[in-house]
Amino acid sequence: MGTSADRPADKARSQDELNTAFETVTFGADQPLKLDCGVDLSPVTQAYNSYGTLNADKSNAVLVCHALTLDQHAANVHPATGKEGWWQGMIGPGRPIDTNRFFVICPNVIGGCQGTTGPATINPATGKPYGLDFPVITIADMVRAQVQLLDHLGIDKLFCVAGGSMGGMQTLEWASTYPDRVFSAIPIATAARHSAQNIAFHEVGRQAVQADPEWHDGAYYDHGTRPRKGLAVARMAAHITYMSESSLYQKFDRNLQDGDEFTYGFGPDFQIESYLRHQGSSFVDRFDANSYLYITRAMDYFDLAAGHGDSLANAFKGTETRFCVVSFTSDWHYPTTYNKQIVHALNAVAANVSFVEINSDKGHDAFLLDEPEMFSTLQGFIDSAAERRGLT
Amino acid sequence: MALRPLDNRRDLSLIAELVEPSSRVLDVGCGEGELLEILANKRNVDGRGVELSQEGVNACVTRGLSVIQGDADQDLADYPEDAFDYVILSKTIQATRNPGAVLRQMRRIGRHVIVSFPNFGHWKIRVQLGLQGRMPETDTLADKWYDTPNIHLCTVKDFVSLCDELDLEVVQGLMLSGGNVRQASSPGFFDNLFAEEAVFLLKRR
Repeated sequence: MGTSADRPADKARSQDELNTAFETVTFGADQPLKLDCGVDLSPVTQAYNSYGTLNADKSNAVLVCHALTLDQHAANVHPATGKEGWWQGMIGPGRPIDTNRFFVICPNVIGGCQGTTGPATINPATGKPYGLDFPVITIADMVRAQVQLLDHLGIDKLFCVAGGSMGGMQTLEWASTYPDRVFSAIPIATAARHSAQNIAFHEVGRQAVQADPEWHDGAYYDHGTRPRKGLAVARMAAHITYMSESSLYQKFDRNLQDGDEFTYGFGPDFQIESYLRHQGSSFVDRFDANSYLYITRAMDYFDLAAGHGDSLANAFKGTETRFCVVSFTSDWHYPTTYNKQIVHALNAVAANVSFVEINSDKGHDAFLLDEPEMFSTLQGFIDSAAERRGLT
Repeated sequence: MALRPLDNRRDLSLIAELVEPSSRVLDVGCGEGELLEILANKRNVDGRGVELSQEGVNACVTRGLSVIQGDADQDLADYPEDAFDYVILSKTIQATRNPGAVLRQMRRIGRHVIVSFPNFGHWKIRVQLGLQGRMPETDTLADKWYDTPNIHLCTVKDFVSLCDELDLEVVQGLMLSGGNVRQASSPGFFDNLFAEEAVFLLKRR
């Protein structure tokens, strides 16, 4: 058995140096991860965080799936940035995903760069980081890895799977492929297929990374460098899609960074320029450029209907999972229309589905922010699902 | 659809009694979920709702009800045939764009159809229009003509004739006036004159 939970070395490092606890589990050659591209990948290490306590019959587990550039640090201080968890408002004692009642697991996705095997991991065949030798992964592969993790933890049926954006894609994949293992599902601000516009924005980001001479065809690890500028531009472009025009107006409008006068140069005259540059440069400190390529690719390939005769409804046929689909009025990246396509498909199979559109001017990022209406509706949905699951 | 104060909704408890316990129900135009909550608590019903106003939907989901934002005219086409034991349209039909098409969809997706509506044939309404020459305003139809969501009002007689056209059989008709409820599965002249509201249980002929 190639599984070794809580490797002492990682545990020691996370507690002593990083002042947080995240756990890892490694699946060896006897349990390869079977990827959509045909590769059997091993060994695969998965990093995850958990909050709360698993009950005796293991019926109170909630899987939280992270978005593109996030990680397993959903409800704890991030060891690298020192910032609070990305879903701290949603997860915790007395929060909608109440850690007094539920056992919450948040794994870093396959292809990621926060402890789970990805392109920056050492390839045992060469002794060097995989780089572009890492196989191309899909959303279904991410979910397959999570299935392995839950099997390892002995959790047969999840009380709930929840996630926004790419986390919502994983949530849909879970509900579609493993319906018997998902009691309730909360896909937020997401899509059942990546649109041409979504793919287009991702391609801009990937091209920016690959155009950076420091990228070295993905082998920058060997050159002791990183494509910082390319990845920063990718992040800047992506970040615009996460915000709404009105939030940009309210936050920055045309305000100048210093003084009242243009500099008549190309420095960051405008506050929005300075903000984006900061977003770009702080991102490259915590994220691997190749991971960005692989994970955006996985999102681009996502089309849940494609594997079901081009009918999204077929992807959910016979489902008994309770769904709550959430979208935001000002999200133009994964707009309400995309989320309503999921609702239409669920209605077509007479699934138990709720759908709320939250009034927010914060754009796509709203799902990560303090949105009282999102919290209260999800609280209602989760409480009622817990009652039906017999959880107190 | 406008949110409906409960004190004006005596049709809801009557509707709840028409629904068999433990059945599957779709409430179209469910407002803030008053009927769905009654059905869940008293009849152990597996209930779903469709509501046009997002405020109504969010209120329902916060109460733990399975409700989606949607439109009776648009969204019923999504559901498969026989998806529900009962499809309910309570005081909503008069606000739909195409009541005939809505009823046809309800007939398709539900084994039973329940509809309640304000009766435009009530004598007070006839007096206001016929003698005073004004658009009627009553307790059940309180809005001004220029400020009402009700664009397809009908009388009990009109409704029964539409059901006949759509091959819907009246299983039960309940005529509400004042505090009284009269059963009439084939309502006549006096029902149409004295019922303020009507509730019909229908099924495919």
